[in-house]
Amino acid sequence: MWDNELFLQTLPVLVKAFVQITLVVTVAGAALAAALGLVWAIALRELPALLGRPLGFVLDFIRMTPLPVHLLVVYHGFTQLSGMTVGIIVFGVHYSTYMSESYRAGIDSIRKGQWEAAKALSLPASRTWRAVILPQAVRNTLPSLGNWAIAMFKDTPFLIFISVPEMVTAAREFGGRHFSYIEAMTVAGLLFLVASYPTAVLMRKLEKKLAY
Amino acid sequence: MPTDQTTPPTADGGTPRIRFEDVRKKFGRTTVLQDLNFSVDRGERVTLIGPSGSGKTTILRLLMTLESLTGGYIWVDGDPLTHDRRNGKRVELRNKEVAKVRKRIGMVFQQFNLFPNMTVVQNIVEAPVHVLGQSQEEANENALSLLDRVGLRHRADAHPTELSGGQQQRVAIARALAMDPEILLLDEVTSALDPELVGDVLRVLEDVAASTDITMLIVTHEMQFAKDVSQRVMMFDGGKILEEAPPEQLFSDPQHERTQKFLEAVV
Amino acid sequence: MSDFLQGLLTALPRLLQEGLQATLISFVGGAVVMVVVAVLLGLAEHQGPAWLRGIARFVVEFFRGTSLVVQLFFLFYVIPTLTGVDLGSTWTAILALGLNYGAYGAEVVRGSLNAVPRGQWETATALSMPWFTQMRRVIWPQAWALMLPGFNNLMVMLVKGTAVVSLVLMADLTFEADQLRRRVGTWPAFIAALLIYYVIALLVSLVMRWMERRAQRRLGLGDFEIRKARQEADQVMAGAAAGDAEPVAAGKEGET
Repeated sequence: MWDNELFLQTLPVLVKAFVQITLVVTVAGAALAAALGLVWAIALRELPALLGRPLGFVLDFIRMTPLPVHLLVVYHGFTQLSGMTVGIIVFGVHYSTYMSESYRAGIDSIRKGQWEAAKALSLPASRTWRAVILPQAVRNTLPSLGNWAIAMFKDTPFLIFISVPEMVTAAREFGGRHFSYIEAMTVAGLLFLVASYPTAVLMRKLEKKLAY
Repeated sequence: MPTDQTTPPTADGGTPRIRFEDVRKKFGRTTVLQDLNFSVDRGERVTLIGPSGSGKTTILRLLMTLESLTGGYIWVDGDPLTHDRRNGKRVELRNKEVAKVRKRIGMVFQQFNLFPNMTVVQNIVEAPVHVLGQSQEEANENALSLLDRVGLRHRADAHPTELSGGQQQRVAIARALAMDPEILLLDEVTSALDPELVGDVLRVLEDVAASTDITMLIVTHEMQFAKDVSQRVMMFDGGKILEEAPPEQLFSDPQHERTQKFLEAVV
Repeated sequence: MSDFLQGLLTALPRLLQEGLQATLISFVGGAVVMVVVAVLLGLAEHQGPAWLRGIARFVVEFFRGTSLVVQLFFLFYVIPTLTGVDLGSTWTAILALGLNYGAYGAEVVRGSLNAVPRGQWETATALSMPWFTQMRRVIWPQAWALMLPGFNNLMVMLVKGTAVVSLVLMADLTFEADQLRRRVGTWPAFIAALLIYYVIALLVSLVMRWMERRAQRRLGLGDFEIRKARQEADQVMAGAAAGDAEPVAAGKEGET
């Protein structure tokens, strides 16, 4: 059943797809998600209800609907964009809705006295956020953001829906070509495990270290 | 359960209700109890006092099998509780055997520990029905009369969270009594209560003490209660019995400086 | 704009007729498997002897650490050639979804069991209840209330997760929407699918919320516990090694 030769053949193919696509989309997507998530979190807090409510609804809608469909609609709706770009944008936006919740929790965890102290010092809103609230909030939020990035990483095979040749797509193709899927799928699974497990443990450590 | 160990008879010639024989207990590397020996007679009420960390709560928890013995034996009515001596060897009993003896023992905890997913009366009925196999009606009737006794019949259908701490603790006492235990362990049952609620709980316990012959082991800081209820007080320090005597004697004329200091600090 | 509406109105009934069934089958089947797997693995992790705990731990980390799509393909392409058993699309989808989300659910179960105060175990022991009775009558009803927020999130995740089943040739909403794309246009086709997914997720979430409130009212749980359970629930999907404090067997250490 298991063919060592195929295994050795599939290894470089998958590692290449892993590095060139999976990792790139994960890193770029996570960076986008972290940035957008922060924007949403602040906007939801600062915007008047008239604008905040619709924004909240849109974020909820994105969060509660499937990522593959988002990929498909953006891919076919904006044909000028490459698959990779679509992937980064869609993953970034989708996970930003989760990360904004993480930021919100981080912001909520800051005691009221901090806001009041800032007000008592007549700090302008922008300064209050930048100098007082965010440095504390982000510290609490970091491990959670990392965990969402790992979740996103494991969702990258959804790129198969828009034919971006990421690792699992490559594995399926390789398996189909050689009439044996076990080697390629095993390697793909192990690569995910090997990449995500230590990162998750690291996040766990970070969480403990950052906890007051 | 037959044993080849003959337990020394008590003063009145019977088997002691509880006997600790060379009991040792370690948590990790810390020794909490060191070669502890004592007996408690049937119907006797014994109060354990001593500074925290002296091992008194551990004694109750060992009896309730909430902790495992590191060494030695505990006998209940001459039956082994968790370890038996068979052909001179110390043998750990199986769960089933432990369960048989454990049923004779009940415990009331510092934190009440009522089951939040059940009403007051359900809390009391639970074990008699599901452990002793009593019928629902029998258990219910019994539960209500126990609630009467602790003055809470009118709260039978309340949820534990709706009760004050003192009321919860009285329910917990009724719950323990519903199992008709021969031995009742009271582990600092008033320590978590607001001072004004302590009296009600102690009154209930005094009533139980006066109207039954249940053997009681009591860990408490309420010295007046100890005096009123118990026949003997054992002062613990560093996992050993420092001294023991009837309460009047021990409280008025402690033999050890340690005991004296402890009593001064508590009273 | 009217083109868009026209397309949406064409797409919606088509999707409700064609794709909805496969999506719902995947969801309901996946949910059942998920809960069973979560309970078994969670119990094993929390209550089992060391060797069983180790195995459960490994299984959980394995299914959380490798991706859902990989597991789906493994069941679909590898298992038949390896074992000669062809599960078919539907069962493959249900199993993959159930195992993957069940592994996350195991952490919810374990965490909730962990959150039941030790005094509850001790009291149940003091009342001489055998293990099964302790579990069934005392511990589980309390842990259950704490589990529901986590399961709520997982159920919504599962609704979304069903979108992968077209990869193993099930004609679900996503597949049908992709088919409709050429007839009614990209936006109407997919927006229609998204709306249906949204409504399903919303309904599922509403039902779970209702169960949550019911269970919590029965326990008289305080706001604090509920808030804590919700907060932890939000982290369910995040973190592959979320493992909080190692499970403590009842009564291992205590005040002396």
